[in-house]
Amino acid sequence: MKWLAVPILLVFMALMIYAETGLAERLDPRAPASVYVSPDYIARTVHDTKTPNIVTSVLADYRGYDTLGETTVIFTAGLSVILILTKGRSND
Amino acid sequence: MLEEWLGRYTFLGAAIILTIGFYGVVYKRNLMKKLIGLSIFQTAIFLFYIGRATKRGATVPVIDPALGTDAATYINPLPHVLILTAIVVSVATTGVALAILITIYRRYGSLDERVILQRMSQE
Amino acid sequence: MIERHESVVVEVVSQAMVPLIQVFALYVITHGHYGPGGGFQGGVILAVSVILPRLSLGRSHSDRLFSPVLATWLAAIGMLIYVLAGLVPLLLGAEFLNYGYLPVPGVSGAALRSTGILIVELGIGLSVCGTMVTIFDWLTRSEP
Repeated sequence: MKWLAVPILLVFMALMIYAETGLAERLDPRAPASVYVSPDYIARTVHDTKTPNIVTSVLADYRGYDTLGETTVIFTAGLSVILILTKGRSND
Repeated sequence: MLEEWLGRYTFLGAAIILTIGFYGVVYKRNLMKKLIGLSIFQTAIFLFYIGRATKRGATVPVIDPALGTDAATYINPLPHVLILTAIVVSVATTGVALAILITIYRRYGSLDERVILQRMSQE
Repeated sequence: MIERHESVVVEVVSQAMVPLIQVFALYVITHGHYGPGGGFQGGVILAVSVILPRLSLGRSHSDRLFSPVLATWLAAIGMLIYVLAGLVPLLLGAEFLNYGYLPVPGVSGAALRSTGILIVELGIGLSVCGTMVTIFDWLTRSEP
């Protein structure tokens, strides 16, 4: 059954390539992803927070709650590594 | 038609890397190799997402006082924000997956999925 | 489990590079306002400066320089800084995570929001560093 691997993978790749033909042209400044919210952030970031770097000001100020959730995820991953690797040690 | 396909070379590369990652997750029997395939899959998703963020003739999203605040001269910053989060979270979850692999090895003595399933059904 | 590296060149060069890596990590964290960088990137570089002595000097020596317990404390303290930067405006009368109401003397308005971003980035950098070092330490612990 190993010969079935290559046709399935080619079908998968063709499906992925077909799925992205419906997207807008790559370099278009008027693509729907770039029109709704981000011009607002670009226009207001130096006036609201004196930060020229738009990525940092969006990450830490406009969307700071999401970054708090992400820091919680990272800390929880560190704690769970400790818990998983401690459990098999004191089984008595 | 050919120029249109060649212009989307970023997404063709992302599709090829997706297929390689998919092959690693489904068709390899060693658990460590499946984990590496998953990591390759994640890299292809990041490449696809950030490749959608460019604009023609635009520059890095750091506001230059000489260029003003016109939205057409800076690339879209929102996908970069999301992928920054996703990269660090993927490193942390790979750490947890490696810890689980260590526990599985200590318990069953092997990292091959058929051997593990066989030993699990014998208990 | 990780032994000291046999070559003298590796030991000396890695010990000489640790302060340079830490200064660069601090630069990346604090210059996140004006160029590429920020908390996550600088935190990972800071974690590299702790993991490099673990690989070249051996676990027993570098555990005395930077113990694994300190790494977990750093992760928790970084997160505490972030949560406090969100709770203090709540106690002073505004919304959660509104940097305009932080009690920093001497700055106000847009500069206060910029200072709030800097505090939060420092917290994120410490937390990411502590978590990376914790994961490395516990994955390479020696068997009893």
